[in-house]
Amino acid sequence: MAAHRCGFLPPLFILCALSVLTVTWTQETIPLGSHRAAAADSKPTDTKSVAQTTEQLAVEQRQWEATEVEEATSAAAAVSKQDNSSPEDVVQTSTPKPKDEFQEELVVRPLHSGDIYASFQFRTLWQTDFTRERKVSHYGLFPKSLGQVISKFSVRELHISFTQGYWRTMQWGQPFLSSPPGAELWVWFQDTVTDVDGTWKELANVLSGIFCASLNFIDSTNTVQPTASFKPLGIGNVTDHRFLRYATLPREIVCTENLTPWKKLLPCGTKAGLAVLLKSEKLFHSSFYSQAVHIRPVCQDWQCKTASWELRQTLNVVFDLHNSGQGKREWSLFKMFSRTLTEACPLASTSKIYIDVTDNPEGEQFELSPATALLSQAVVLGDRRTFSVYDLTQQITFGTVRSLNVLMRWKSSEGDMLRPLLHAERYVAGYGLQTGEIHTLMYNNHPYRSFPVLLLDSVPWYLRMYIHTLTVTSKGKDNKPSYIHYQPSKDRVRPHLLEMLVQLPPNSVTEVTVEFERALLKWTEYTPDPNHGFYVGSSVISSLVPSLVALDTNSTWQRPLFSTFFPCKEESSYFVRVYTEPLLVNLPTPDFSMPYNVICLTCTVVAVGYGSLYNLLTRTFQIEEPSPGLAKRLANIIRRMRGVPPL
Amino acid sequence: MGLLSDPNRRRALINLLTRLNAPICVVCYMAGFACFMGLSFEPFTLRTYMSENAMGSTMVEERFPAGERALATGREFAAHKKKIGGMPVDWLVKTMQARGLEVFTQSFSRTLPFPDENKERYMVKGTNVYGILRAPRAPRTEALVLSASCSPGDENNQAVGLLLGLAQYFRNQIYFAKDLIFLVNEHDLIGMQAWLEGYHHTNTTGMDWTPLHGRGGSIQAALSLELNSHVVTSLDLVLEGLNGQLPNLDLANLFYAFCQKLSVLCTIEGKLQRNDWDSVSGYSQAVQTMMLMVMKQASGRPWGDHGLFLRYHIEAATIKGINSFRQDKTDATTIGRLLEGMYRKLNNLLERLHQSYFFYLMPSLSNFVSIGYYMPAFGLLAVILLLRALDLWVQLVTPPPRNEERVNDIAQSCPGVLSILIPLVISHLTGVALYMLPVRFQEMAVEHFPVSETEAVVLTAIAVYTAGLALPHNTHRLLSGEGTEQGWRVLKLVAVLYLAVLLGCTALINFSLGFILALTLVPVAAFVTPHVPKVLSAFALVFLSPACTLLFSVFFYQELQEMPVSFQDGWILYLSVISQGILDHYLYGSLVYPLIALLVYPCWLLFWNILFWK
Repeated sequence: MAAHRCGFLPPLFILCALSVLTVTWTQETIPLGSHRAAAADSKPTDTKSVAQTTEQLAVEQRQWEATEVEEATSAAAAVSKQDNSSPEDVVQTSTPKPKDEFQEELVVRPLHSGDIYASFQFRTLWQTDFTRERKVSHYGLFPKSLGQVISKFSVRELHISFTQGYWRTMQWGQPFLSSPPGAELWVWFQDTVTDVDGTWKELANVLSGIFCASLNFIDSTNTVQPTASFKPLGIGNVTDHRFLRYATLPREIVCTENLTPWKKLLPCGTKAGLAVLLKSEKLFHSSFYSQAVHIRPVCQDWQCKTASWELRQTLNVVFDLHNSGQGKREWSLFKMFSRTLTEACPLASTSKIYIDVTDNPEGEQFELSPATALLSQAVVLGDRRTFSVYDLTQQITFGTVRSLNVLMRWKSSEGDMLRPLLHAERYVAGYGLQTGEIHTLMYNNHPYRSFPVLLLDSVPWYLRMYIHTLTVTSKGKDNKPSYIHYQPSKDRVRPHLLEMLVQLPPNSVTEVTVEFERALLKWTEYTPDPNHGFYVGSSVISSLVPSLVALDTNSTWQRPLFSTFFPCKEESSYFVRVYTEPLLVNLPTPDFSMPYNVICLTCTVVAVGYGSLYNLLTRTFQIEEPSPGLAKRLANIIRRMRGVPPL
Repeated sequence: MGLLSDPNRRRALINLLTRLNAPICVVCYMAGFACFMGLSFEPFTLRTYMSENAMGSTMVEERFPAGERALATGREFAAHKKKIGGMPVDWLVKTMQARGLEVFTQSFSRTLPFPDENKERYMVKGTNVYGILRAPRAPRTEALVLSASCSPGDENNQAVGLLLGLAQYFRNQIYFAKDLIFLVNEHDLIGMQAWLEGYHHTNTTGMDWTPLHGRGGSIQAALSLELNSHVVTSLDLVLEGLNGQLPNLDLANLFYAFCQKLSVLCTIEGKLQRNDWDSVSGYSQAVQTMMLMVMKQASGRPWGDHGLFLRYHIEAATIKGINSFRQDKTDATTIGRLLEGMYRKLNNLLERLHQSYFFYLMPSLSNFVSIGYYMPAFGLLAVILLLRALDLWVQLVTPPPRNEERVNDIAQSCPGVLSILIPLVISHLTGVALYMLPVRFQEMAVEHFPVSETEAVVLTAIAVYTAGLALPHNTHRLLSGEGTEQGWRVLKLVAVLYLAVLLGCTALINFSLGFILALTLVPVAAFVTPHVPKVLSAFALVFLSPACTLLFSVFFYQELQEMPVSFQDGWILYLSVISQGILDHYLYGSLVYPLIALLVYPCWLLFWNILFWK
């Protein structure tokens, strides 16, 4: 079996290979020395972009917030070492840090399709080290409920997301943080934990209570231990996947009851700051809704002597312009959230709104009011974006009316679909209720560069995958994965886990197919709505994608020539995680009114059919002698009395 | 069950059955037929009711306003179609995109095994255009389909217009929880077949298509729309799909419920429902409706674009607008509202439609006959075969009464396996020839005879069929010598049991086909012996053979449609029906042609063989 061929390879090797391959194919000349280059999850840092920003300062005649950017240059250099995954916080203050720190921001991006994407991020830093001091009883800004969970269950990293809807990559491009439909939970435990499975189960139950979600349905049948796809995002270089657990619940419905406990984790609650905007009646009147909580240890300072905890709460929502805009392409904070902003959260050190104005350099696409002087630039997901910034900590932002209501008016109409560099889809092929085939399509739309992707598939046991039918084809040719990790399922115990490292050739579609057979469940194992079908969670595709900035090799656009010959490492590729849609698979379902009929029929068959047959088979048949005559009987009686055998 | 263990009583029962065999058979046949005719009598049927809770009590309000605009879009579509002389793909893509859908296209090509003269097509190339309306906050796991075919000429333009109008209207609604797929398929069923195969990534019929790039998960239900004129007086519901499959009855109930709600005149099989079930004309209307359904179902072909969905376990129906020049007209807005209501209720579904019946016949839209009611009618016919088999068995095992002939009989009583096997093999080989030759030898036939390909196929089929009549009774004498009295009994026993199993299985899958075949083949199987008058019986046998059954069905169907044809036209129709049947098999995988050619016809040949047993 192919899985055994390279199943023993340590995952670290794969990661290294992945980065090395990427580097080779991108003709990268910068040596990779830092530990970040080896981490598959590393995201582009902001240092370069900020440097370019400063360069462009001279070129562009627009008014930049010079002091801010300069500060950022120094601050980002320090921060990016530890915190390299958030392109949004380009502009960071380097004020002396309090013990706890809270930052909030909102990014609004008009999407290609005409929809509008709003992404909230709330970041709480807590300078304490759970690994050293076990007893922590004083909580400042960090929510106590989560702090206790971290210390009780010895969690190193925790990532949980609740999503309603599917991110439409073809129309919306890449999200800042992707998440699969339903609930997703992945946790790295400290290596001091002995009973990881028990702790995981208990943790899931506790989180289920905290977030009012059905996370208690996480058990061994839907938990896997990915070897390569999910790496720690915080400090620490532990890659022993025995301490990692990953589970998804694709059927989870996300609604207000999940949002309320999430909002309670914020220091200001919904009383002040950006969280004022989080009104469920508007958030759940959208095309896509996703909320997440990420907890990880980060460095406190440049030398990284002590660690601190970072809690990042994100909320992404896409509003449909068509539905509620009545065809008018006009949007404002009030229309989106039915609230305006009046103040920043007093506890927040930074509180900002970023509006993506990249497609609007001269104001021809849409107009923004109130106009802001502040601009910021960052490389987000391999693309250089320009943002207008509203700083809520400045009173001037709110103007004379003491409230901020950012308003946008579109002018263009929606275009055709995007061609994101990497996207994926998945479906079930075939008909009938016996067998089927799962097809996963991965598109590499890069015109000339191939890149490797890690595909993670976790399939419930009741789809019995025939792993010998696994084929990977691109452009009509067999594409041999360089790494396969396959863990077969056990009925009612654990799911299938399939992880592959596949090289996607440029401008191609790679198709992964595997056949399966549908198992017949025990009749108590069916859900209350068995004819709805059974869900199979999304596959996860993680990859370092060559960035759009690097793609444009001929761009000497507004950049000095000396800086553009070799594409720089930070921008040449960026990390993307793409989730496919979950599958809904029908299993052979009995007619549940049937047991009664079956019992009746079986009883009849047994009683009448089998009974008489058994009777016929076991009975001995003898020819019945005609009864003897009276004389003979009398003679026999006499003979018996005489002791002579009868006639 | 003392009956079986008591030899005396068993003997008495068997004696009774063998003595009264013929009368019992006749009674059963009459009873079966009467039972079938009684099915459509309203007091014996059940009223339809909505079984699915998700579609029953929840009320929806229909607000679709833009019927006129939809018709205007239809006119625009017609203009573009006329200009291009085919499907205006670019225009459709642009229009759907403008309505906020994700639009994809699929091109396909198919070379038919022989030219289809009804629709005048041989090498088919086309493009399907479909747009997906993504439901907000839905994870792309479920979808509903609305399709309209783009046919050449002036047909179905209004359906495409209404489809686009509904797409535009649905785009602005917030309540959808399932993705909606709006499909415009070219070349009606061939396009639909290509799209469905592409969607499910199967290839059962060897068609070429390009893979699809947008999907909406598993399709829960589908409706096809056929509107040919601006004026619609009534809506007709078409249910019969490939191989006689029917959608869940709840889909028909849903349609009926909305027709009632919006007071739209609705029909099934093109027949209006009558309220006077106790009058003769009312009853005959119900009988005609049900007979039409039986005929259509027995044909095994898809009677609308929806027919191919059923193979994929997707409940689907076709809604056809009829313009019959009545007074009360239904405007496009009302039809749009009807569809809106149906889709909103289908959108409410939590599970696939499964609560109601999958096997039923409908004497009217408000009444249905469930499988539990119509199966006894078939059972009464099938039991005749079992009774005959019992009779033959008893005749075979009972020793003849006179002693002096016993020696002679023992020699006769065990006819070689060969004498049974050879007729079986020969008749089945004839069947295989009937299945293979017509399409294989069309080129040769066209070279040697002055006929077109289609005619060649049909005439070859008829020729093979007729040649089969001459074959078996000649060869069998050569191979196994003189047939014995026991020999034909054994052969007939085998043939009767074979027919019983065959008809039983057919009736389970496609009741109508099974019943029609039983109606004609059971008498043949019952009466045929070598001792009946040859010429008369041969005539009766041919009269009741599958080919003649088809011929009568054609005339009967035309009669039911109230479009009687002359014998000449009927014959031409008959030939085209044969070619259509063969095409259906090759294009969509209909099973009627192979069933008749490979199983039913050989079985019938066995009886033919018995008649000429020497």
